[in-house]
Amino acid sequence: MTAMLRLGGVDVRYGAIPALRGVDIEVREGEIVALLGANGAGKTTTLRTISGLVRPAKGYVALDGKRIDQVSPHRIVALGIGHVPEGRRIFPRMTVLENLEIGAYRRRGDLRSDLQHIFGLFPILEQRREQNGGTLSGGEQQMLAIGRALMSRPQLLLLDEPSMGLAPLVVEAIFDIIERIRDEGTTILLVEQNAAQALQLADRGYVLENGSVVMADDAEALLGDERVRVAYLGEGAA
Amino acid sequence: MCFTQNFSQYLVIGLANGFLYALIALGYTLVYGVLQLINFAHSEVFMSGGFAGYFVLQAVVGKQPHGVMSVVMIVLGIAAGALGGGLVAFLLERVAYRPLRRRKAPKLAFLISAIGASYFLYNLAGKEFGRTSLSVPYIFNGSNSGIAFTIFGAQVQTIYVIWAVAAIVLLVSLDRVVAKTKLGKGIRAVAEDAETASLMGVNIDRVISQAFVLGGLLGGAAGFLFGLNFGVVYTMGFTPALKAFTAAVLGGIGNLRGAMLGGLVLGVAESLPLSCVNPAWQDVIAFGILIVVLLFRPMGLLGERLGRSA
Repeated sequence: MTAMLRLGGVDVRYGAIPALRGVDIEVREGEIVALLGANGAGKTTTLRTISGLVRPAKGYVALDGKRIDQVSPHRIVALGIGHVPEGRRIFPRMTVLENLEIGAYRRRGDLRSDLQHIFGLFPILEQRREQNGGTLSGGEQQMLAIGRALMSRPQLLLLDEPSMGLAPLVVEAIFDIIERIRDEGTTILLVEQNAAQALQLADRGYVLENGSVVMADDAEALLGDERVRVAYLGEGAA
Repeated sequence: MCFTQNFSQYLVIGLANGFLYALIALGYTLVYGVLQLINFAHSEVFMSGGFAGYFVLQAVVGKQPHGVMSVVMIVLGIAAGALGGGLVAFLLERVAYRPLRRRKAPKLAFLISAIGASYFLYNLAGKEFGRTSLSVPYIFNGSNSGIAFTIFGAQVQTIYVIWAVAAIVLLVSLDRVVAKTKLGKGIRAVAEDAETASLMGVNIDRVISQAFVLGGLLGGAAGFLFGLNFGVVYTMGFTPALKAFTAAVLGGIGNLRGAMLGGLVLGVAESLPLSCVNPAWQDVIAFGILIVVLLFRPMGLLGERLGRSA
């Protein structure tokens, strides 16, 4: 299978401070790929680079074989990448429905079937459709953030810490939905601190440390790996 | 007798001025919403609308229109003013703001750039169109300031009726556009969180431009409406725009309905006291209000709504 998304030798700097160093990542169609690592390892920066919010100093980002690393964020959305940002970032003073409509900003035509699809995934959003986004609970906001990104009908969905700050039951529900979204044909690149849960869901994973990829393997292999178990799954050395 | 004599007359004048302030104030608040910057060149957008309306009417008005033709002329003048204002606002954003944004310049640079653009524009207008006030052709039964009717002892000039009707139509239209259309949703999304809006496919540059143009349309229309009564001259933008800025701050900068309310409140607040003090106090009162608001309620009457949540 060929890669849908490929990052090759990507360097990103914030001023003089390197955030990513020579990052190589690929995501194939239909996969769920997990991006793991500690705080500040470069996970969010990787997603922001893919979305065009950050420009790489070196290396390339390619979608379906075409470079996108110099393309504006709003055009990258149109190319088929949806981004659920860290902290959800829903529009608090717009209604749930308006948040979803903004997700489809690049598209023309009827949104009814898309809305129905989103409300099918997250029935609670339909009940809250006229409420302002800011009045939703954390879990509902996460659902809205995912639904909003899906409204652009992405081929690739970037998810940044969807479990952050949520109760375990809600996290489980969100992860179930992520799997369902993949099964419906959307490829997923998932950033998570919650490594165990992410690896159980993912096909493959990458581990970032200080801006570099230090491990890349099948999710199962990573789950069994001693170093991963110690560093990210909270297990003591055996 | 303070506040009793001519009370209704000053109320009418205040409301009439307030409608114009509201139209201009929206330009400040729209741009502030998406950029968190005060466009201090908005006075020249207003002035440009005045001249655009003047020249178009100058070209088309025959002998003393009345009846339906008067209305046609008003609509034409408003459209010309709006287009003139919208065009100048569009160019301002391109020339005075966008290059600085590209370079991620500090806010002070934008302020200086706007003031520079403002000086450039009004001096250009002064050089091209002369330094004396030009009368807009009479379009209403041989006068632009006749009395339409009298209510509670207040004489209501025809021009006040025109201002009120035009402003209400424009204000309601803008409110609907921002609430219901894709353009409006884009503006609100950028105002709330520009980066996330771009992740949703919103072109931030285009939305900023749209906010300038929308504000320019209203400001330009206001310029024409103002000129209809007071004539047009290159310096005409300075005081009304500064008052409209006060109105925008009073209503809560970034808040559209706040700007509308702020305009009317300011118009009335600076006018009513004139029933007991010398009219020379009018501007002193208006800018006194600005200082008081900034000191005691910097978020304005309705608070900041379009802008960030934090």
